[in-house]
Amino acid sequence: MTDVRYEHAPGDIPSEEMQAWAPSRALIYTIGLLVALILTATSFWVANTSLLWPGGVGLGLAVLAIAQMGIHLVFFLHITTGPDSTNNVLALAFGLLIVFVVVAGTMWITADMNANMMMSSGEPMSMRMQR
Amino acid sequence: MNIAAAIDSVPLEALPSASEAGPAPKRIVVAYGFWIFLLSDIIMFAALFASYAVLVHSTAGGPTGTQLFNQRTVAIETACLLVSSYTCGLMSLAINSRNRPGMYLGALITFALGAAFLTLEIREFADMIVRGATPQRSAFLSAFFTLVGCHGLHVTLGLIWLVVMMVQVAVMGFVASVQHRLLCFSLFWHALDIVWVGVFTVVYLMGVSP
Repeated sequence: MTDVRYEHAPGDIPSEEMQAWAPSRALIYTIGLLVALILTATSFWVANTSLLWPGGVGLGLAVLAIAQMGIHLVFFLHITTGPDSTNNVLALAFGLLIVFVVVAGTMWITADMNANMMMSSGEPMSMRMQR
Repeated sequence: MNIAAAIDSVPLEALPSASEAGPAPKRIVVAYGFWIFLLSDIIMFAALFASYAVLVHSTAGGPTGTQLFNQRTVAIETACLLVSSYTCGLMSLAINSRNRPGMYLGALITFALGAAFLTLEIREFADMIVRGATPQRSAFLSAFFTLVGCHGLHVTLGLIWLVVMMVQVAVMGFVASVQHRLLCFSLFWHALDIVWVGVFTVVYLMGVSP
């Protein structure tokens, strides 16, 4: 059996034999570069413009950053949704779960502790906890 | 038509799925292992990002990000790293087609852009330290230097790795083990760019915007 379908390594360029319609490999990188440059320029514009509501700038920047990370993953690291890339996607999904737990958990816990430390009365923390 | 006949009618010449094809080639195993390392590295950066996000307002009366950061420098650094990621991709295409001059050219441009990024970052750090914004000044600056410095350290290691790989190609040629290492290098370099997207968004742009 010579025609065995193997898995797909992260960062490996998908073989052109499997998809005749696939664009050329250099074109994939070029599209990725152009989209990433557009997203980067938009991020810098969003951070400096006064046209947008200031409260939404942080969220907009986060969305643009996540979009650009996705572009990097697809066009530069060639993480696709194809069946030959399942292991890579699963590892990535687990990594993202841990990243989310670490970042969101840290910020939540420290913000909560910070709020508990700011008491109006002068009594120490331990007294308050015992009630 | 019973169930057995329906099963028999499944075409036998269908390609075996990945789990039935036997052990994967070494190229895939190596790259997958390195992919797991990169994800663990990204989790380490997540911890540094989390500590930075917690400490960003703890300036202890010292300089804040708005006073320290220069967006023009950051934009040039970002462009350097993004284009070097692109040339690194073109370098791996040249490696796949055994194009030696193309590979050396891609590696040279990648190295030059990475070195330019590093020079700008070191100059920025030196400028901050001259202005009294040292890591021991405040918790915000400790977190800043840890996060951005750790990324800069990764870029430094990547540049050293790239030089070592070029020497290996020159000495050993395109043998399989060298190709696996080059694949791992390009993965590493692209992952560094992903981390930098987080750095310039969280540290520089969110820190400067009002």
